[in-house]
Amino acid sequence: MIKAILIFNNHGKPRLSKFYEHYNEDTEQQIIRETFHLVSKRDENVCNFLEGGLLIGGSDYKLIYRHYATLYFVFCVDSSESELGILDLIQVFVETLDKCFENVCELDLIFHVDKVHHILAEMVMGGMVLETNMNEIIMQVDAQNKMEKSEAGIAGAPARAVSAVKNMNLPEMPKNINIGDISIKVPNLPSFK
Amino acid sequence: MSDVVEKTLTALPSLLSLDSQPGSAKLSSSSKLGNLIRGITELTSKHEEEKLIQRELLLIKEQVSSPNTTMRQMKELMVRAIYCEMLGYGVSFSYIHAIKLAQQGNVLEKRVGYLAVSLFLNEGHELLLLLVNTVLKDLQSTNLIEVCMALTVVSQMFPKDMIPAILPLVEEKLNHPKEIIRRKAVLALYKFYLIAPNQVQHIHNKFRKALCDKDPGVMSASLHIYLQLIQENPEGYKDLAPSFVTILKQVVAGKLPMDFNYHSVPAPWLQIHLLRILSLLGKSDQSTSEIMYEILDESLRRAEMNHNITYAILYECVKCVYTIHPKSDLLEKAAKCIGNFVLSPKINLKYLGLKALTYVVQQDPKLALQHQMTIIECLDHPDLIIKRETLELLFRITNEQNVTVIVEKMLDFLQINKDDHTTIDLVGKVAELAEKYAPDNEWFIETMNTVFSVGGDLLQPDIPNSFLKLLSEGFDSVEEDKKLRLFAVNSYVSLLEGGPSKLPQRFLQVICWVLGEFSHLREDLEPDVVLRMLAKLLDMKSSSSETKCWVLMAMTKLCSGGAALALVQDVSETYSSSLDTMLRQRAQELQILSQDSKLQAKVLPRSASMEPVEVDSSLSFLDGFVSEALAAGAAPYKPPHQRQEELSRSKALNMEPYGLSLPIGMSSCSVTDRQSPTLLSISSGLSGDSADFSHKGSSAALKLDGVKRLWGRDGYLAKKEAAEEAPQVEAASPVRSPSQRGDTDGSVSQTPTPECDQEKQQLASSLFVGLATQSSVCLMGKSEPTSQRFRRKPKASGGSEPMSNPLASPSDGADNVLPQNLLDSSDLDVSSPEQTHGLPQDPDTPNGSCTAEEESADPMAEPSAHEDLDRSRDSCLSSHLPAELSALSHSEITSLCSNQSLDVSACHVQREDSVVLVVFVSNRSDFCLQQMRLQVQSEELEVSCASDCPSEELKSHSVAVCQYLLTVQRPSVHFDLSATVSWQLPAGSPQTAPFSYKLPLTGFIRALRLSTEEYGAMWLAYSHDTKLNLTLMDDDQDPLAATLHVLKRKLQLHVVEIIGVEAIVACCLQQDQPCLMHCRVHAGMLAVWLRSPVPDLPDCLLYHCQRALQEP
Repeated sequence: MIKAILIFNNHGKPRLSKFYEHYNEDTEQQIIRETFHLVSKRDENVCNFLEGGLLIGGSDYKLIYRHYATLYFVFCVDSSESELGILDLIQVFVETLDKCFENVCELDLIFHVDKVHHILAEMVMGGMVLETNMNEIIMQVDAQNKMEKSEAGIAGAPARAVSAVKNMNLPEMPKNINIGDISIKVPNLPSFK
Repeated sequence: MSDVVEKTLTALPSLLSLDSQPGSAKLSSSSKLGNLIRGITELTSKHEEEKLIQRELLLIKEQVSSPNTTMRQMKELMVRAIYCEMLGYGVSFSYIHAIKLAQQGNVLEKRVGYLAVSLFLNEGHELLLLLVNTVLKDLQSTNLIEVCMALTVVSQMFPKDMIPAILPLVEEKLNHPKEIIRRKAVLALYKFYLIAPNQVQHIHNKFRKALCDKDPGVMSASLHIYLQLIQENPEGYKDLAPSFVTILKQVVAGKLPMDFNYHSVPAPWLQIHLLRILSLLGKSDQSTSEIMYEILDESLRRAEMNHNITYAILYECVKCVYTIHPKSDLLEKAAKCIGNFVLSPKINLKYLGLKALTYVVQQDPKLALQHQMTIIECLDHPDLIIKRETLELLFRITNEQNVTVIVEKMLDFLQINKDDHTTIDLVGKVAELAEKYAPDNEWFIETMNTVFSVGGDLLQPDIPNSFLKLLSEGFDSVEEDKKLRLFAVNSYVSLLEGGPSKLPQRFLQVICWVLGEFSHLREDLEPDVVLRMLAKLLDMKSSSSETKCWVLMAMTKLCSGGAALALVQDVSETYSSSLDTMLRQRAQELQILSQDSKLQAKVLPRSASMEPVEVDSSLSFLDGFVSEALAAGAAPYKPPHQRQEELSRSKALNMEPYGLSLPIGMSSCSVTDRQSPTLLSISSGLSGDSADFSHKGSSAALKLDGVKRLWGRDGYLAKKEAAEEAPQVEAASPVRSPSQRGDTDGSVSQTPTPECDQEKQQLASSLFVGLATQSSVCLMGKSEPTSQRFRRKPKASGGSEPMSNPLASPSDGADNVLPQNLLDSSDLDVSSPEQTHGLPQDPDTPNGSCTAEEESADPMAEPSAHEDLDRSRDSCLSSHLPAELSALSHSEITSLCSNQSLDVSACHVQREDSVVLVVFVSNRSDFCLQQMRLQVQSEELEVSCASDCPSEELKSHSVAVCQYLLTVQRPSVHFDLSATVSWQLPAGSPQTAPFSYKLPLTGFIRALRLSTEEYGAMWLAYSHDTKLNLTLMDDDQDPLAATLHVLKRKLQLHVVEIIGVEAIVACCLQQDQPCLMHCRVHAGMLAVWLRSPVPDLPDCLLYHCQRALQEP
């Protein structure tokens, strides 16, 4: 089972935190801090698996992470999950975000926390992997967005237009994206301290 | 289409000016979240951020509570609140509004409301109850998205008690036409299973339907459930193995739609799941394993592409192959796979390769030999995680011969490691290895010293405890013990002479104890010198008061007169006014005992630490004091839990009229009350929970093992091949850049490459020594729970080995192959006779190894002499059974309590209409016991005295028999009886001893003979029911009859009638409390439905049915 999904930037600022097991608020913050501490110390050429510290549940729990440009994506899982499987799940997650936000960057995650959560909810439900197929995830999210637009009325017209453009492009989209190409671009942005 | 283009074009201008579109990431000037975030990013200090957010929160708070805020604004406010919450600021004021938003908003707002709820609240939060109705409503909605949202929130968190309210609705969703709903419903039900397994028992067959769903997504969701179910009970799902194999076959063959491919691998996550399930099902089950060989072979063959996800599948395959019943050609392929992993330049794969090796090495130690050079390289890897995993692997292959090298490597790692968790874990492992395989005393003590100083105060407390126990109990030979202790004393004295200020507290405590207990062994060491050293510890600022207590205790042991008396007096005076009561107590003891050397010798006899101390757990020696105090008007003692209860009760309003409360039977109440805590602890010890727990604790890190060694194949890799392997690596290693190799071991990385390799080979030969020839039985021994017995035996032989065979020094790292072989064989020759003539030596020692073992297995048990008597006691006591009972069957007579003066044993006898508890009290002393009384009570049973002890006096070496009639008041799986026996010796104060007795519900169950018609009438009348699927007995002809037969025999159930695949069974609890059972064979299981007028009876009975069917 997945116990927690954390995203934070290179400075340890949380960008998304989702816990599937209950910890009290202070512990949650401590886990984020400690995880950042553990992960940020690691070089690029070491393995992507870490043992969870005392806080997270000891040796039965693993931290599996990937580092993209300015962001760390960390999944905290127990022994019932496959390490490499989760590693690719992170990849799927990021690719999905990239598709939904068109060249996703850190700011997208900040300003659309709710959307990121909705996307995540289509992938992982209550700590269990629900869907790993990117197109399927996007389809579900789009279905919800459509609903959003139809309800948003006049104010939503431009958004409808965008989704129309998107839908037009959809058939031309490449099925398999080369994972090596994905990078999260950082626009000019005052650095987070 | 043109319509769409037109719309797009008209919308474009506004689109450009608009923000908040996906991907644009522009900051909106109007967006409040944007403002907030911009505000935060411009800040420089944490303090400013805090101020800003507090202000923001105030604003949000004001707005959410304003009645004019629309739902639309509320949605925006919630997103801001979510953001603040993520940063760690409390937003509890918005919880209720989040729920309101989920209740009242439109779909969009609802979605944010649900999201906020799932981020803010947890399962136990009381506000969640307000959400139940909303969830109910949304589950019934025609809008798919609303249903989806409700299911998502339900699987994230739902109050356990409310599950029945929505369960039917979720269940219904399993038949929903949309697969996404079905899939989410399956996962929601899985979540319910996890939090409340018995509530979803009746829908197990629906899970089967989900497994056969036409949509692969739903099927793969149901695998979550099966993985869990099979983990809990692999036997119950063997029939599904062929289905899983078929599914995997289809997946591997690419029968799924292209959509499921990921990097052109068909549904990899699904494959991983299936492989895990198969390995659970095939574990030690040859016939089930056989059906999966083909597909495993296929999977291994297919997964050849070089992508991460194929490696994930391969890894699962390999683990599966090594878990199930072995097949040699599969094993060979899997071994090759592991090789590829280990040798891979990709670090993630290397990590998994090491993990796989660790998993496999207990079954196949040769595989480690094959990769020894890679393992050595991994030891020097710059990544600590890889190193850590390598050490884990080495830990599994440790034996008497390589222990020194491996422990050295572990200690090296500990020096550079900074992670507390790893330190604790590794220190425990070093201690375990040291106790098991220590080659000699010096090494053992020195290693333990490092363990204590590195582990510091993080150390698990059982490590110092078992170390001290080891020292005090000793081994087989007195001579060896003395040497070990003397060495410990020497080493500690020199440590204290050095600088004790840096030593951790735990270590200081160990030192204090050892010096106090054994410093007399060193003849040239005056107690005064030791006392002065100890006194220095007291003055150190860093010493905790616990350590000071240990110091004072050690001083108490040493202070028998002498020159240091003044020092002792001084110390005891200083601390006798300490604020710490423990410290003050110790100081008092020290003061009194230092002045009275006779008393000191009596209280603390020298070198008597191995004698078991008799503890009067009932504190009976205080009885006089207590009764005096009670007579003087003191309040009777109440155990903490009772006090707590009364405290909480007193907070609530008292609705009952005040009545007489106190003086009646005060003394008797005080006696029982006082003893209940000890009773509790005793009974929990008896139930064996604690032993289980400790086993779990120790094996937590060894999660992967516990796999039985399943095959006895000859080593396909002899030493020769290992030698062939080495040059290959040698040739490869110069290519690797020096920076890639770790340089924690300075000497290794600085030396030129050829020498370096040589060094590595030396290291290899010393690390892997003994692996090839060692009998693997010994290796397997490690996976078993390490009881004290296991630890000491090898240590004992290891300790004496250097004397008998000085050549066989295991630390000689330069052993080459030939002498190594000789060494091994000689080692075998030496050790086996030693084991055998270890026994004749025993009588010399006060504690023969035989008795020592028994004691160590259960140190709390009575002296072993009793145990031998057990069997004879049973037969001799049963002769004391009253005549009217002796004809009936009785349970085994168990000893419940024994001490110097008496033994208490008991058994229960099942009569036609009742159960009788028979208690035997036998007087073991030479005196006549007076005022002997028994008190028996239980929470769930009514205990009435059938025949009391004939008299209150019990002559020496005679037996008194008491009978108690037991009636069930409240059904329970087991009934615990707690009792006390009190007596008085002719010259002495009254004494009491508590004991407890446990009997299962089955003793009270009787067959109920009914006709089918009567059964039908009763069935409809009863309300309390439970359903469960039980396993059927293996019987080719008629599994139903076989199962019923077992139940009938073991539980005395009455089979009313068997109709085809159904059967009705009846029993009753002591005449008047019937329980009816309806069984039906369904899908290889026995679906059981119980009904009874008594609330808990069906549940408890079901438990025993399960037990009866599981036990052979």
